[in-house]
Amino acid sequence: MLEIFTADFWSQYGPLLWDGTVDTLVMVGISTVFAYILGLPLGVALILTQAHGIRPNRAVNRILGWIINVGRSLPFIILMIAIMDFTKLIVGTKIGVRGAIVPLVVSAAPFIARMVETSLAEVDAGVVEAAQSMGASTFQIVWKVYLPEAKPSLVLGGAISIVTILAYTAIAGAVGAGGLGDLAIRYGYQRKVPSMMLVTIIFLIVLVQVIQFIFSHVSNHIDKRLDPTARSFKGLDLLSRFAHTK
Amino acid sequence: MSESIIQIQHLTKTFGTGESAVHALEDINLDIKQGEIFGIIGLSGAGKSTLVRCMNLLERPTSGSVTVNGRRLAWMEPDGDGETPAFVSEKELRLARREVTMIFQSFNLLMQRTCLKNVCFPMELSGTPAAQAKKRALELLDIVGLRDKADAYPAQLSGGQKQRVAIARALATDPKVLLCDEATSALDPTTTASILGLLKDLNQKLGVTVVVITHQMSVIEEICSQVAILDGGVVAEQGNVEDIFSHPSTDAARRLVYPGGASVEQYPAGTRAVRVAFNGGTAYQPLIASLAIDCGVKVNILGADTRNIDGRAFGTMLLGLPDDPNEAAKALSYIRAQPNVTAEEVEYHA
Ligand SMILES: Nc1ncnc2c1ncn2[C@@H]1O[C@H](COP(=O)(O)OP(=O)(O)O)[C@@H](O)[C@H]1O
Ligand SMILES: [Mg+2]
Repeated sequence: MLEIFTADFWSQYGPLLWDGTVDTLVMVGISTVFAYILGLPLGVALILTQAHGIRPNRAVNRILGWIINVGRSLPFIILMIAIMDFTKLIVGTKIGVRGAIVPLVVSAAPFIARMVETSLAEVDAGVVEAAQSMGASTFQIVWKVYLPEAKPSLVLGGAISIVTILAYTAIAGAVGAGGLGDLAIRYGYQRKVPSMMLVTIIFLIVLVQVIQFIFSHVSNHIDKRLDPTARSFKGLDLLSRFAHTK
Repeated sequence: MSESIIQIQHLTKTFGTGESAVHALEDINLDIKQGEIFGIIGLSGAGKSTLVRCMNLLERPTSGSVTVNGRRLAWMEPDGDGETPAFVSEKELRLARREVTMIFQSFNLLMQRTCLKNVCFPMELSGTPAAQAKKRALELLDIVGLRDKADAYPAQLSGGQKQRVAIARALATDPKVLLCDEATSALDPTTTASILGLLKDLNQKLGVTVVVITHQMSVIEEICSQVAILDGGVVAEQGNVEDIFSHPSTDAARRLVYPGGASVEQYPAGTRAVRVAFNGGTAYQPLIASLAIDCGVKVNILGADTRNIDGRAFGTMLLGLPDDPNEAAKALSYIRAQPNVTAEEVEYHA
């Protein structure tokens, strides 16, 4: 395994790893964008139509909830195979990075809808009511109250969504979508190159850590609910707590 | 001064249906005049919030009519042999809501916006150009004394400051009416007094009609000219604040006026009593003691609902005065001379 520190290893597998990483990032990036284009409005619709929402509509809420639950109850690998014809219809192919994006979006959108719903549900009902009392339209309440007030939470949810999609891409890799998952299976498992397995695992771990770090940091930074002066003491506070337990 | 701004007729509001129905409001009739500070007082669950929310249709009445600033928001329309409730269109309601704004117990500021942006918010909704909105918002923050907090976020403010920002925000659309639902209930007594002072000021300077919802007598006494007592979803009594507080004629009113459960039946009719309100002076026990020492007059405490906060007294106390008219007058003038105390004679209606 120490061969991962040799130049030979990198000259042999470096280009593969680079392509795999790019494929993974492209799949995750594009799928996330499209999954949010579908999932965000769905999540908003769930919040608006709930019993105490500003546009209560039991029928719509039930139907949307049902569709989302169906979407979420199908394991990704099954959904991917089940909708292959649909995938071909949309992007013209069932395989490769392009072929993976459709099932990734279909699978992640319901998940994102629930994440968005949870984030928006945290917005204080009193604030929404205040906006209503000032004559805000439904659109204005979504655009100027729900989304901005929930932004820190939505950003945190974004990290969870992206990491989930990243996990799906590894599964998609198993059926020829390319990416890091594909490398891990083809080289690490089928061709028995343990160092490739190790390197792809390290890449995935680093990727997840970086995503989580960036999103947590951004979320914390844009959240104005905390007093900024209080925030700067957070690190110290944590240290002092450790000091106590020692 | 005498023109109606809010008229409510035969208003009822029922939540739910059948067995589980809650009759929150029953046959409410109110006529609030332009430029007044109108108080609505009642115990928790009396229906105060529901009533005030019917004034801007945050709650839709089950029946009855609501007219605000000459605009019908809700009314009854003949329908065959009966009547059905009808409401103003969504679009017109949004316009109406710029004329009747609201502040809340929990302030309800947008936490991710600065104070300035919070005050700009209603103007953004109505499409005021950004530069103009900003200018107006700064003026309003100036009026409420928080211009220096324009760029602060609500999380950095105290409760009183948050409510001031909320008031500035509520004034942004130049409303005719400001509805205040328990606006001071989350604040300490000193801050309450300053917010009430601000409301009174705005009422006088801008002529905005203020509707104050509260469960605290002291709030009504402090700023209201007219009051309606809400009890179990009905208006038990309404009228001039002094009249109602000195001659409460219903049980609901008496419960509010005579604190601490002092009941009428316990004392013979004709007992002279004085209701003393403590507005944050020194604690109350010394008053009774010094009354005995300085004037040689003994009074009975018939009931009390006072609290000591930081060594200062708030609340009201009902004192039975001596039968001797001279002594009674002496006690009364002594009490009235105390700082931060108001006293008024009340009558029993046995
Ligand atoms: N949305 C609602 N659904 C059902 N019951 C309600 C609702 N809002 C208020 N009520 C009921 O109506 C009554 C009056 O409530 P409310 O107006 O909030 O009283 P107050 O503000 O005087 O404390 C209470 O019994 C309350 O439980
Ligand atoms: Mg209430």
